[in-house]
Amino acid sequence: MKPSLSWSEYIITQLVRISGYSAIVFVALIFFFLLREGLPTIGEVSFSTLLNVRWYPIEDYFGILPLIGGSVIVTIGAAMIAIPFGIGSAIFIAEIAPRWAREILKPFVEILGGLPSVVLGFLGFVVMAPYIRRLLALPTGLTAFTGSLLLGAISIPTIVSVAEDALDAVPKSYRDAALAMGATEWQTIWRVTLPAARSGVLTAVMLGIGRAIGETMTVMMVTGNAAILPKGLGALFSPVRTMTATIAAEMGEVANGSVHYHVLFFIGLVLFLISLAVNIAASAVVFRQRKRSERILS
Amino acid sequence: MKKTTLLITLLFIILISACRGSSSSFTQDSSHNEEAYIENKGSDTIVNLALAWAERYQELYPNVRISVTGGGSGTGIAALINGTVDIANASRPIKPEEEQSIEANGIIPVEFVIARDAIAVVVNPENPINQLTLKQISDIYSGKINNWKEIGGEDRPIVRLSRETNSGTHVYFLEEVIRLGDSENKTLFSPDTLLMPSSEGISTEIRDNPNAIGYDGLGYVTTDMKMIAVAKSADEIFELPSKDTVNNGSYPIARDLYMYTAGDPSGAVKEYLDWILSPEAQEIVTELGFVPIGNQ
Repeated sequence: MKPSLSWSEYIITQLVRISGYSAIVFVALIFFFLLREGLPTIGEVSFSTLLNVRWYPIEDYFGILPLIGGSVIVTIGAAMIAIPFGIGSAIFIAEIAPRWAREILKPFVEILGGLPSVVLGFLGFVVMAPYIRRLLALPTGLTAFTGSLLLGAISIPTIVSVAEDALDAVPKSYRDAALAMGATEWQTIWRVTLPAARSGVLTAVMLGIGRAIGETMTVMMVTGNAAILPKGLGALFSPVRTMTATIAAEMGEVANGSVHYHVLFFIGLVLFLISLAVNIAASAVVFRQRKRSERILS
Repeated sequence: MKKTTLLITLLFIILISACRGSSSSFTQDSSHNEEAYIENKGSDTIVNLALAWAERYQELYPNVRISVTGGGSGTGIAALINGTVDIANASRPIKPEEEQSIEANGIIPVEFVIARDAIAVVVNPENPINQLTLKQISDIYSGKINNWKEIGGEDRPIVRLSRETNSGTHVYFLEEVIRLGDSENKTLFSPDTLLMPSSEGISTEIRDNPNAIGYDGLGYVTTDMKMIAVAKSADEIFELPSKDTVNNGSYPIARDLYMYTAGDPSGAVKEYLDWILSPEAQEIVTELGFVPIGNQ
């Protein structure tokens, strides 16, 4: 009996360990693959071509700046919408809403998170883009702004879900102490609960932004896919072409191993590095805060 | 009670034997009695036509199964190079570099012209413009003309719509319309041209947006879009695209549609291609808004 138990325990421990390390291994393998397929670009395409403002791959124009700009502007727009709404909903669900409302709201937010992005994209294309064109008197409704609205809707559930958990994890004694000191409910939320849950809320925001920058189908359907370099925030109301939409639209066509193929992987590498940078920045902030709070507590 | 059950059973038996009878009449056709599977992939322009053909052919010869997928001319030819399809559909002739990479695999592509297609230039029905010359369309798409009033329309910005760069229609439009068929001409699409991932994307935006101009295969134009009459130059006759104007060559933006096989086709693939070129299959071409071959 005893040896067999330790046997199974050993196997389970090893399995858990392997699945833990596998995440690192997969990321490393993906990174390696992107490097292998994307780095030949540097030898094949000159830097002046890569840093050009024209993307027209079938005639060897490989300027990736408009694509990076497109992704950045759509993501900034989405973040401006999703962060206030997401954190606001999380605070409402965790702190203000009565118990019954909370039990209805939380599952609904999660259903919203489960909507396939292609469905949202279709709605955006058929309903929202025409409406935005009329409302804002734009030449076309297929703009970065339309994409931002939809991406905001896609990343709100992520932000709400994670931020609500973080707020929920703040000990009740914090709130009780604040209220006992004479703070109003709003002061308690803004000065005590939210700062206490800061690292979780920040993680929520970063996950939401990550979701927005990597989203493909929706942006391909509603942003118009015109590779124009955005100049300032005004470009939010003109069409853009994002990195993800470019890869999705063109990868099916390219001949394996061609220059265009390598450039598409290079774009994938840039996208990977951008989301890596976002993650590192987020964890650096969280880490610094933790150190500070530890110092205060000790 | 028992009598009715018996009757039903009898009816079933008759029905089944009738089915057997009809299928055996097919197997008498000696050349089509083998089980065959044909993989057919490529141009989105042709996909509806290829599907209609495949459905009809499978009704005629139930033991041949044909799978049809779209994805673009380049996708189809790439699949032919990789050897994953039997027939590649293309709305443009094979490119020299594609031919090289296919020959590097030891295969010689064989070309069949299977139908003709005209590209219609479309606008929203509210747009008062009725006719344009090729040069004007070229100037619109290259970004030289940016407002409808410059060509006699309303004071509205022009929103240019195009298919994605992996579409054969895109390449054809670039070469024959924007560059006016001149291979020395290096004009490109204006960078603010919206690249739509599907024909449906273009038609939805055209129906909704009075600023928009788009182009697509004649087979995809519905009655709620307005087609533009086109002339090669201002002193020639402006023609709307139709079967007649494409066949007699008076509509300037028309092209051939192709199917490619790896090497000379044989067996079921050859029989299928022979059938496609027959008058019976070419009738389906007409039904789908394309132009049948052999009428010129």
